[in-house]
Amino acid sequence: MFKKIITALMLTAYLFMPAIVAADDAVAPAATEQAAPAPALKPDPSGANTGGAADVVGASAGAPTADDMKNLGPKEPLALKLADVIGHNRIAINIVWTLVCGFLVMFMQAGFALAETGFTRAKNAGHTMAMNFMIYGIGMLGYWICGFALQMGGVGGVASLGGATQLNGEFAISLFGKDFGLFGTKGFFLSGVSYDAVIFALFLFQMVFMDTTATIPTGSMAERWTFKSFVIYGFFISMFTYPLYANWVWGGGWLSQLGKNFSLGHGTLDFAGSSVVHMTGGVAALAGAMILGPRLGKYGSDGKPHAIPGHHIPMALTGCFILAFGWFGFNAGSSLAGGDFRIGVVAVNTMLASAAGAIASMFYMWKVYEKPDISMIANGFLAGLVAITAPCAFVNSVSAVIIGAIAGLILCVSVFFVERTLKIDDPVGAISVHGVNGAWGLLSLGLFADGTYGDGLNGVTGTVKGLFYGDASQFIAQITGVITNFVFVFVVMYVFFTVLDKIVPLRVSAEMEIDGLDQHEVAVSAYPDFTIHKTP
Amino acid sequence: MKKIEAIIKPFKLDEVKKALNDIHIEGMTVTEVKGFGRQKGHTELYRGAEYVVDFLPKVKIEVVTTEEMAGKVVEAITGAARTGKIGDGKIFVSSIEETVRIRTGEKGKEAL
Repeated sequence: MFKKIITALMLTAYLFMPAIVAADDAVAPAATEQAAPAPALKPDPSGANTGGAADVVGASAGAPTADDMKNLGPKEPLALKLADVIGHNRIAINIVWTLVCGFLVMFMQAGFALAETGFTRAKNAGHTMAMNFMIYGIGMLGYWICGFALQMGGVGGVASLGGATQLNGEFAISLFGKDFGLFGTKGFFLSGVSYDAVIFALFLFQMVFMDTTATIPTGSMAERWTFKSFVIYGFFISMFTYPLYANWVWGGGWLSQLGKNFSLGHGTLDFAGSSVVHMTGGVAALAGAMILGPRLGKYGSDGKPHAIPGHHIPMALTGCFILAFGWFGFNAGSSLAGGDFRIGVVAVNTMLASAAGAIASMFYMWKVYEKPDISMIANGFLAGLVAITAPCAFVNSVSAVIIGAIAGLILCVSVFFVERTLKIDDPVGAISVHGVNGAWGLLSLGLFADGTYGDGLNGVTGTVKGLFYGDASQFIAQITGVITNFVFVFVVMYVFFTVLDKIVPLRVSAEMEIDGLDQHEVAVSAYPDFTIHKTP
Repeated sequence: MKKIEAIIKPFKLDEVKKALNDIHIEGMTVTEVKGFGRQKGHTELYRGAEYVVDFLPKVKIEVVTTEEMAGKVVEAITGAARTGKIGDGKIFVSSIEETVRIRTGEKGKEAL
């Protein structure tokens, strides 16, 4: 049955392609950055024609201007030739940086897999790992089919990477006399004009971020989710849900243009994805967990939650360390430029927030529950990372520590609120780590951005300032982002899961759940040598 | 022949083994079990939720020996396993009908 659905989706994409290509010229591109004055629109699959003299223009404070190149160039032929090499090298540093950081973020898939499996039970370990393993490939293919195109098809070029100007098709509607970019229309199957060295590098980097979102709900929905419906979910979130909001913030879409169009700061800003990645994942996790229902034995008849301890704390905490390591690629890589020396600030802010989050959670648990529960501390560690992900490039270190510490406290309050008040069973705290703190991260940018970075972002001159540094409008742009993300993602995913449940049941049978999902769902036992507890 | 089944606290296993070796008992079977008697369980904590652990880990030692030795075995185990606190465990003595050494086919006292 779901083979038919996948075939239908692919056929639709194929049918879509000619229409998109034809619509090229009719669609008004909503380019957010000035494309480098290089031979634009011609794909460069070998990379041989990327990076040259044009890429030294404005590359640093003392770099030649376009006029310098035109006027002085012919008088200094050797300098002109050297400019070509220098431009190539500048782009090379940025592309290498972006790719290597992308590889680090890919490694976070292992971090998520180990963290989730460690915090859940042994009888389901094979299934939990299987979901985290397969989401990598499923998300990647869905994103390759159409997700990347919908997200970045209209971004208009990435100056630091020396190209991607072929991605100039943004579908927009007109409201209040302004263009509201909704989705991209170039780059399906990374073919045609998008078979290009720079675009491929961009694809890899963006794809690993999307996969981070896609893997988050596997945490809140662990231990009772059917593998079949999970596979369909994987395609849906990578092909549609993630890319649409991501287009609005990172692809040149309407949220990013709130500054240019309505004077709201620099538009909704999210440096590395507190909302684009983590809040989307966390809100999807919320919708999924609500529809799935709690694990058997989680709540007593009096509604009181029972503990279901994770089976491998060392595995879980190692997973969290791997996530923290990959996060250096996640945040610092989002500069898309090794030559942007703010990356040191970004990386340190990231680290500091993680430490502050862990320590804040530690003190909270120590005070309120008399013991520093390391599983909650690990969650607080991640919450700090999630929260700093949006503001990391825009704040100073004191703000980073404050943001991380508040994240750690919010995390603890949220976990107990979700579990005890909302009565939603979230085995690993995904909703609280990623959803709630993703929102906090986006908001904190609008509070703490201190005006030392970000000149020209989203087409708005001047550096980025938050409420505490004199710009309330940035905070409003951030609030708009949070509300948009929550409403869009929750409604779409809630409807999706509800409909999917009717076609392919989301939840395994009670017998299977008590027996453990490993053999039933993925035909392996994680620990065949051991006698595993089968109690609910 | 008598079987002596002793349920003891896990950390006492080495002491009991040594005490039995001292009276020339050189074979035993050990199983990891859980249980409770008048010693109740305890509560543990996980992410702010308390849960009751009724069953406590114990170790069961089984020794089969001659009627003459049975009393000495019970004494040795009791002496080594006792801490004086609740949860020290219990010993059960039962009769064994037959014993066979699988390798040689010997039966009865020779098989012990």
